[in-house]
Amino acid sequence: MKRISKILILSLSAFTFLFVSCEREERGFRVEPPSAGRIESKQLTPLQAGVPTANPPVHNEYEENAYAMAEGKRLFSYMNCVGCHAHGGGAIGPPLMDAKWIYGGQPEQVFATIVEGRPNGMPSFRGKLPDYQIWQLAAYVRSMSGQVPFDAAPARNDDMKAKPPENSIEEAKPIKNMPRIP
Amino acid sequence: MNTDKLKQDRQEEQDKRKILSVCICVHLWTKKMVFNNRLFFVLLSFVLSGCRGSQSALDSAGVQSARLENLWWLFFFVCGAIYLIVMAVLLAAFFRSRREQKRANSETQPDVMPNPEREKRLGNIVKGAVAVTIIVLFVFMIASFRTGRAVNSLREAEQPLVIKVTGHQWWWEIEYQDRIPSNNISMANEIHIPVGRPVKFELQSTDVIHSFWVPNLHGKKDLIPGYKTTFVFQADKPGTFWGQCAEFCGHQHAKMRFIVVAESPEDFNNWVVAQRQSSVQPATNLQKRGQEVFLTTTCAQCHTIQGTPAYGRVGPNLTHIASRSYIAAGSLPNTKGHLGGWISDPQKIKPGVRMPMNSYSSEDLQALLEYLQTLK
Ligand code: HEC
Ligand code: HEC
Ligand SMILES: [Cu+2]
Repeated sequence: MKRISKILILSLSAFTFLFVSCEREERGFRVEPPSAGRIESKQLTPLQAGVPTANPPVHNEYEENAYAMAEGKRLFSYMNCVGCHAHGGGAIGPPLMDAKWIYGGQPEQVFATIVEGRPNGMPSFRGKLPDYQIWQLAAYVRSMSGQVPFDAAPARNDDMKAKPPENSIEEAKPIKNMPRIP
Repeated sequence: MNTDKLKQDRQEEQDKRKILSVCICVHLWTKKMVFNNRLFFVLLSFVLSGCRGSQSALDSAGVQSARLENLWWLFFFVCGAIYLIVMAVLLAAFFRSRREQKRANSETQPDVMPNPEREKRLGNIVKGAVAVTIIVLFVFMIASFRTGRAVNSLREAEQPLVIKVTGHQWWWEIEYQDRIPSNNISMANEIHIPVGRPVKFELQSTDVIHSFWVPNLHGKKDLIPGYKTTFVFQADKPGTFWGQCAEFCGHQHAKMRFIVVAESPEDFNNWVVAQRQSSVQPATNLQKRGQEVFLTTTCAQCHTIQGTPAYGRVGPNLTHIASRSYIAAGSLPNTKGHLGGWISDPQKIKPGVRMPMNSYSSEDLQALLEYLQTLK
């Protein structure tokens, strides 16, 4: 009896190990992250009329999925985001690998930035990309500042290596004692 | 002492039983495979049907593939003959030893009797067989070396036709390069070549390793990211031949095909002139609406249509999409229905493909299809 239960426990834990990484590798070719419904009526200011109601944060399932983020990374080049943001370091557009956000670094805020565009030169991709690809891009954008689980973030570049892989980037923090140039 | 012996016996008994059951299983399985499952006949017909057709290395349409084909048949006949001889000798030995054993028993002689003369004769046969093996291997080596040389030394023409082939997951970008850049042609998954003129291919890849293979015309050549490989071949017979990616490259590797159309130099020149044109401008209102749909939705992000503001480079150039025989790298014949299915749900046809689904209203889809069909 004891032996049987031992075997049972062992095989059960082996099974959990087997399936633990399934979601990471799942390839949904025709799905939207379920909890990230349309957010086009996103509130852009903290000011609110009447009694403040809490906005539940949007959870983007693509941030736990290696395939979706790899697709986001590919789209980041395909859609020429690299032309303005380089590979995250910034050029005409602001860097996306630091902890400084002009329009917010939450999933729904990054989504809104890409869909709506922003006044100082960020083009709007409304209607130019299906929503699920924008969610993939948003997940990838957040991986550049280490805000996604490291076991799902892209591990390497397929081409030139311009920076360390996203899964070994530490979460970006504001720099406290910025040296001053007199 | 006694128990030990017993244990040993039992062990042996068990081992024998195990071996026997494995043997029975294997026997049943092979019998089932070969006769009951009709697999045998399916396999046989596969083997026989592979010899001819538009995707076969044994139906050569050019000098180089003819060389490769000859080499293949040389190997086939020599190896086939050797196989038959070996089998015959094996069977002869089998029956002979039985015959001799019978005779030996009847005359109550020992089974094996030294016979120096016979030993010597047999020894010579073995020596001869070793020598023949070595000679055959040398013949094979020289033949394949000569074939390799001949296949790689096709002379380039004075002004070779240069075709740049870029592998993408999972389609082929085909560019004809001219000294005058505005004469360049950009195609996808379809290569036209004039018969009797060597064509130089420059192979590149944007993502992973692919391999370019048109069995009727030549062997394989890999496309390696960041490294240019070149490759010359010539078609001597007009015809349409299938090509296929021959290096596993991901999800839709099997649906990464292309066609090579070998045609007379006049036909080829006409084709080139047609392909150099800019795209046809829409004439009817429906076609105009179709162009508008194409330009204002996702399509223009990834596709180029020359003569319009669409200049995306992610997917195939669609300037002359209606002139192609197949769409989506040989997955579907180019008909209006297939085009509609592809545009609405490419993920169903090629799961994982780098083109998203689109949900248009049926009017918009009709207009878009109408427009794409005019792009001859
Ligand atoms: C034409 C250049 C250009 C392209 C192309 C471009 N961006 Fe931008 N992007 C900008 C500029 C400029 C800003 C800053 C806008 C502002 O401050 O109003 C910006 C801002 C952003 C922000 C907000 C950063 C913050 O700190 O809040 C994100 C996120 C972003 N871009 C992502 C993308 C993605 C993803 C793509 C590709 C789909 C892309 N951008 C393509 C120029 C560009
Ligand atoms: C994100 C990029 C992208 C978008 C957006 C896109 N496509 Fe594609 N398209 C591709 C790629 C990549 C292929 C090649 C697929 C393959 O065969 O593997 C392709 C193939 C095609 C083909 C087949 C071409 C051929 O020669 O085989 C047609 C037709 C086509 N797309 C039409 C459209 C239309 C119409 C739209 C707009 C509704 C569109 N595409 C939107 C990337 C895209
Ligand atoms: Cu392949």
